Amino acid sequence: MRKIYPLIAFSLLLTACGHQENAAQNQSDASFESKLEQQLLDAKPGSVIDIPAGHYSLKRGLSLRTNGVTIRGAGMDKTVLSFKGQIVGPEGLLVNADDFTIENLAIEDTMGDALKINQGKNITIHGVRIEWTGGPKSTNGAYGLYPVKTQNVLVEDSVVIGASDAGIYVGQSNNIVVRRNRAEQNVAGIEIENSVNADVYDNTATKNTGGILVFNMPNLSQAGHATRVFHNKVFTNNTGNFAKKGAAVASVPAGSGVVVNSNDKVEIFDNDIADSQTANVIISSYFSTNYYNTRGVATDYNPYPKGIYVYGNRFKGGGDSPDGLKLKTLKTAMYGISGNFPDVLWDGYTDPKNQADGLPPPNDRICIVDANGVLNADGPHDYKNPSTDTKPFQCSLPKLPPVALNPEPKV
Amino acid sequence: MQKKMWMRGLLLSALLCLAACHQGMEPVAFHDDGYPSKLSDWHVVEAHDGVLQLNDGVVPYELNTPLFTDYAHKLRTIWMPKGVSAKYSPKDTFDFPVGTIISKTFFYPIPKDAARNATDVARTYDTSRDFAAPGQGLNLAEVHLVETRLLIRRKEGWVAIPYVWNAEQTEATLARTGDVQALTLVSDNGERENFNYVVPDQSQCASCHARDWTTRAIQPIGPKARHLNRDYRYADGDENELAHLVRMGYLTGAPVPADAPRNANWMDTHASLDARARAYLDINCGHCHNPKGAANTTGLTLDIATTEDRHIGICKPPTAAGQGTGDHLFDIVPGHPDDSILPYRLSSTEPGTMMPEIGRSTMHREGVALIKAWIAAQSGDCLVLH
Repeated sequence: MRKIYPLIAFSLLLTACGHQENAAQNQSDASFESKLEQQLLDAKPGSVIDIPAGHYSLKRGLSLRTNGVTIRGAGMDKTVLSFKGQIVGPEGLLVNADDFTIENLAIEDTMGDALKINQGKNITIHGVRIEWTGGPKSTNGAYGLYPVKTQNVLVEDSVVIGASDAGIYVGQSNNIVVRRNRAEQNVAGIEIENSVNADVYDNTATKNTGGILVFNMPNLSQAGHATRVFHNKVFTNNTGNFAKKGAAVASVPAGSGVVVNSNDKVEIFDNDIADSQTANVIISSYFSTNYYNTRGVATDYNPYPKGIYVYGNRFKGGGDSPDGLKLKTLKTAMYGISGNFPDVLWDGYTDPKNQADGLPPPNDRICIVDANGVLNADGPHDYKNPSTDTKPFQCSLPKLPPVALNPEPKV
Repeated sequence: MQKKMWMRGLLLSALLCLAACHQGMEPVAFHDDGYPSKLSDWHVVEAHDGVLQLNDGVVPYELNTPLFTDYAHKLRTIWMPKGVSAKYSPKDTFDFPVGTIISKTFFYPIPKDAARNATDVARTYDTSRDFAAPGQGLNLAEVHLVETRLLIRRKEGWVAIPYVWNAEQTEATLARTGDVQALTLVSDNGERENFNYVVPDQSQCASCHARDWTTRAIQPIGPKARHLNRDYRYADGDENELAHLVRMGYLTGAPVPADAPRNANWMDTHASLDARARAYLDINCGHCHNPKGAANTTGLTLDIATTEDRHIGICKPPTAAGQGTGDHLFDIVPGHPDDSILPYRLSSTEPGTMMPEIGRSTMHREGVALIKAWIAAQSGDCLVLH
């Protein structure tokens, strides 16, 4: 033990030096930071914290714990909170409050998550830009816009670039609208996880590893269902996966358009999905993430996607250069070197307890309409017996109702 | 004769005064609103005559296993108005009456055999130089005071107020937005480590003290039966802290200490590895990683009540660790500490990766070693199913 101490001390020294290099903060930045912290502390319900145009360098993560507060900048390219020299704080801004609105500003280069809202209802994020300015790197913060355990959430007209996990990530929440955002160069562009009633529409997701994800993870407070992904532009999401291993999104192959993993009642329609080198749509089970083990996963967790309905999308290209040796081999074996996977790739895991005559009950089926084909990759048997039979997917499902935010946001 | 008696009386009261350690202190002042600008406005602890003195009725206490804060030493005190007392709970923080003031002063011994300067502080577990005398205040010739945090039990609930000590070590002033101080830890062997000591801002106090993120109410963390069930060296001798609080009239409903729960001292090599590790995780992680805390979004619970299975992280895939996984697949891989996320994050000092998220800027070497030893002793594996 004693022998490794000098090594540890050396690496700590390096870390400390790194911090000092980063910590370039002039007097006006320091007084801005202290004033903003004071405003966040003094905020009362109804307070509006206006941040004028300017580029501000902050050293410490901010937090807000008062209901009914609005934080407003002069525009997502005018008011910039830069955390490039951050020395402390897991997020840029952490919010634990209801009736929160943030609009028209940018948060850049946080060490961890950029904007985390943990437990709160009636959350509005409007016109916010989150960016890691050095491009996609695994050392970037994990999540950009990150409401978790929230109710009645609107994320709109925002931009997220460079998150090493998900750009826009709504987790364990209910009643969600994510619209008119742009997600670029993140591992996951937009991710809805363990959430109930979400509408994701009019967004653009491009240059991510995966464009739009709807996931269910084990061991959490609720299982997600009822997400509609529609009228989005999801194209060229082929960036190599730069998440650290172990993260759920680290399992997403580069070149994924829309991915459903273990989630239920997901409706994907009226989207333009193009040029995803692995597949334009992937439907998969938690088994395919390679994290499933009986000791670490709750027994009541259901890893099978159920009631997935894909219809009326406009697909173009894609499937021509899947990520990972196994998928590459599968593609070449089935479609040749110059061929490509069809629009929809399914890993083929089925719930053995939920089958009748070789198919799940009608409402639990995977229904695919208006696609150029479906490949059942036969994941359970290591891709040995893949099938292109589309018959099991020729069905329809009841459509989900639109999400209505109640109360409607004021913005 | 008359004169002699008078002299003796004077001597006696001077001695008593020394013992009680509150020369020149006005009675403790409870402010039921606002944020007084100086620590001395409360008259709980004050720097006088080279000693950080405890006022009358201000009872010091320690925890079986404390939170790690960059190797800082801590002086914790409780004061309550006359005629009220806290209600005992076997599990939760005691139910303290309105008027309670809890203080926690963060300080460091001055490095041994070194000239005092503003930034060098000792990295040591040796507390023998800290106190002016047993059960009394801190010897300011031997220690450097950094900050004193107050937890005030007002009618509307608990309020946390941070104060930062001046360079002269005579007064601490209100620091609602916190502070960052560049300090250097100096080991006995002369090894030096620069770090930023961070005083949290008032809102960050709730990051740990709001144990329930739905009610958002803040609470003291330390004053629970399992943490206080230990002896303390008071001015009049050693006594169990729970028993002492009962005797002072500060605590009602407590069983005899033998019947109260007790966490292990994480450094006590006579205790089991498991008990020590669980005590360490309980106090360092359990305030967020509990079923109602800030980290209940992760499915990882680390408080003392957690069963030793996936809930405590065994083979559990991370939920939202992001880059904090360090390329590891599970929170704890039994037998394989270097493949486990838990010690990886405890070892990090990078915001966004490090755990706990705030409250330290350095790695707790001995704490990490304990957790690694605990994981190394676990058996079984995390067999991935396809």
